Amino acid sequence: DRVSTQSTGVHLYCVFRTDRSARIRRERMIFNFYIFSRNGTCLYYEEWNIPKEGRTPKAIQEEQKLMFGLLYSLRGFITKTSPKPCETFTYYKTSRYKLHYLETPTGLKFVLNTDKDAPTMTDELKKLHQEYYVEYALKNPLYKLGEPLGACEGFNSRVINFLTSHPEFKRRVVH
Amino acid sequence: INAEYGGHTKFIEASMVVYSLYVISKSGGLIYQQDYDNIPRLGMNERILLGSTFHGLHAITSNLSPVSGSSGIELLETDTFKLHCYQTPTGIKFYLIAEPSHPDLFQTLLSIYKCYTDFVLKNPFYELDQPIRCELFDVELEKLLSSSPPSVK
Repeated sequence: DRVSTQSTGVHLYCVFRTDRSARIRRERMIFNFYIFSRNGTCLYYEEWNIPKEGRTPKAIQEEQKLMFGLLYSLRGFITKTSPKPCETFTYYKTSRYKLHYLETPTGLKFVLNTDKDAPTMTDELKKLHQEYYVEYALKNPLYKLGEPLGACEGFNSRVINFLTSHPEFKRRVVH
Repeated sequence: INAEYGGHTKFIEASMVVYSLYVISKSGGLIYQQDYDNIPRLGMNERILLGSTFHGLHAITSNLSPVSGSSGIELLETDTFKLHCYQTPTGIKFYLIAEPSHPDLFQTLLSIYKCYTDFVLKNPFYELDQPIRCELFDVELEKLLSSSPPSVK
C-alpha cells in the first residue's frame, strides 16, 4: 500500500490504510417490544426497523406465542441449571440480536429486542414498568387487567415516544 | 488477589470459575458433561434433559430473530451464572456455565473445540455422535478448566 513519488529529489511515501473494519458502519437498533401477562397473553406489541415482507398479523401472532413459549422454557432451564437459586435472566445474545428481559413479581414479562451490541436495557425495562405501565395502565380506572394495552392511549403513545426517541433506537455508529 | 494463608501466599484468580461444560451432538443428544467446581450435582437424567432443552432453545432463538441469519443463543446472563455457547460448523454445541463476572469465554470454547478435534475426533475408537469416553479429552479439559489455584511455594 505504499506509493512513492519523486518530486524534486524528495521521495514521498503515502501509506494507505486499507483496514476495512475502520469503515464498517453498524446500526444500533431497537427491533420490537413485547409485554406478556402471566398466563401468556400478549398484552402489548410494537415493532420497528423490521423488514415487512411476509409479516401478516397471523405470523406476528404465531411469533408472539413462540416467544412466550421460549421464555417459559428458558425459565425452567435456568432454574435447573443455576448453581444457586435463580429463576430469571437479564438478557441473552445471539450473533445478530440481543433480547433484554424483565419479569415483575406479578408475573408480567417485558421483552425488548435490540441489535447485538446494545448496552443493558434493564433500566429502560424497569422504567417501562414503573413509570409507564404502573402509572398509565394500572392506575387507569378504565383499563381492565389482562386486556390488550394497545387501546390504552396514554400508555401507548408514551411507550412509543420513549422507545423511538431512545439513543439506541436507530443510529449509525462508525467504528 | 494475593491471599496470606498460613505463611504461604497463594494466587487466587477472582471470578475465573467455570462451573460446568456440556457438549451436545448435532441431533440434540448430550454427549459429554463435566462439572469443574462445587455445584449441586444433578442426576444423569436431568443433565440429559437440560442438554436437549438447550438444543431446542438454541434453535428457537435462531428462528425468533427479528433479523434474518441469526445464530442461536451465544451468551445468556443471569444473576447467578453466565452461559456461553459455541456452535461448530458441523452442528455440535459446546456450552459452559460460569460465574456471572467471568470475562468472555469465547477463546476457552475454541480451545475446548480444539481438544475435541485432537482427542475425540482423532481417536480411532470414537464413533461420531456417541457419548464421549476418551480419557485424554478428560485430562486436557481438566487442565484447561479446573479452577484449583496454582500454589506458589
